[in-house]
Amino acid sequence: MKASAFSYAKPSSFAELFDLMELHGEQAKLLAGGQSLIAALNMRLASPAVLLDINGLIELSGIEIAGDVVRVGALTRHRDLEKSPEIRAHLPLVHKAMPFVAHAAIRNRGTFGGSVAFADAAAELPACCVALDAGLELASRQGRRIVRARNFFKGLYETDLQPGEVLVSAEFPRLQPGYRSVFMELARRHGDYAIVGVAVHGKFQDGIFSDVAIVFFGVADRPVLAVETARALESAQVSEPIFKAVRSAVLRDLETSGDIYHSAETKSHLACVLAERAIRAMTMEHDA
Amino acid sequence: MTNARDEFDLRLTVNNVEVARRVPARMHLADFLREELGLTGTHLGCEHGICGACTVRVNGEIVRGCLMLAIQADGAAVETVEGVSESGEIADLQEAFHQRNALQCGFCTPGMLLAAADLVKRDPLASRDQIREHMSGNFCRCTGYHSIVDAVEAVCRARTGDARGRT
Repeated sequence: MKASAFSYAKPSSFAELFDLMELHGEQAKLLAGGQSLIAALNMRLASPAVLLDINGLIELSGIEIAGDVVRVGALTRHRDLEKSPEIRAHLPLVHKAMPFVAHAAIRNRGTFGGSVAFADAAAELPACCVALDAGLELASRQGRRIVRARNFFKGLYETDLQPGEVLVSAEFPRLQPGYRSVFMELARRHGDYAIVGVAVHGKFQDGIFSDVAIVFFGVADRPVLAVETARALESAQVSEPIFKAVRSAVLRDLETSGDIYHSAETKSHLACVLAERAIRAMTMEHDA
Repeated sequence: MTNARDEFDLRLTVNNVEVARRVPARMHLADFLREELGLTGTHLGCEHGICGACTVRVNGEIVRGCLMLAIQADGAAVETVEGVSESGEIADLQEAFHQRNALQCGFCTPGMLLAAADLVKRDPLASRDQIREHMSGNFCRCTGYHSIVDAVEAVCRARTGDARGRT
């Protein structure tokens, strides 16, 4: 189908963007990579009167390392994250997630911030943000504020972004010694949204797990931090009893909801399978 | 302040030819190529980014033509299957698709060729699994994909001088 008619503006500064956002209010949508938004427009699932294209705000792009922080600008393309040696070295979780994000032609356009702000419950980058508890920097005319990723995702396509606010960047803690990351997902076709996926980041040293964050996605209306599962792994060694404890913890952590293709039971089962695979993979990763 | 408008004057190059047109904001790039320029080699299947039939190149990178607005290509260099066919860039891919029966109805073929051209140029050492992964964004409802992977693999091997690609 074709998108319904809209007007378009491409501001070249934040001041101009905020003026336009104020002028058009809820009639306006921000256009970043457009890989979800333009699809929604074409299907007429959305019909905003105005699109504000933020691709002219070049200060929103780029990857920076400053001390123990890796800062990813909202307009950074998936392809740039995928190819970045800095991301590979300092944010291995994000590096490992990138090949799962759609397909090459979409990664060339799609942006980090677009994926996070859109908040699809089965998307990879929101799960990475929650696992690493990134600080999400939001800007508005009134100033800037930081929201932790673990408080940012409020529901299906719902976030803490308020009217008049724009996502500027995410600040991730840089990889620390002894820590590792594993990213896995199950999908019918490579590059599709996950049936179930898992992002794991934590310490594995001398055969012992500690400080592990496990985030499941595709199982509920937002990425789910599996607190009980992490507790089951704390100070644990890999053993059959641990896998049993992990499976029952995963089931306690998740209130899985089914979708049109997969029942809640299927997803819960697959989450347990993935958890076990991911934990085994954590023990086999090389140290940073 | 820049005002939001419904129509824009667009200037870009398409297959190395300079083009200027007035376009509505809502028009996506694939429609612009097909309807305004008559370049109907770029196909529209799903029109929401799933099928890959509308794959074109913008500034050297493959994109979904249905998920980019025409006005977002202002100032860009766009290449379509017509351009890369005429330049001879994908002649070996086209020949391999023909030899390996990598198309039947041909609807997906322009998108397949552009996606494949991206891979054989950047990563001609790709394994079959990597070829499958790279081509996973393009649907084909005729071939079952094996012959497409065969064709892309043959070109990868031939371009790197591996004799297996020459059969």
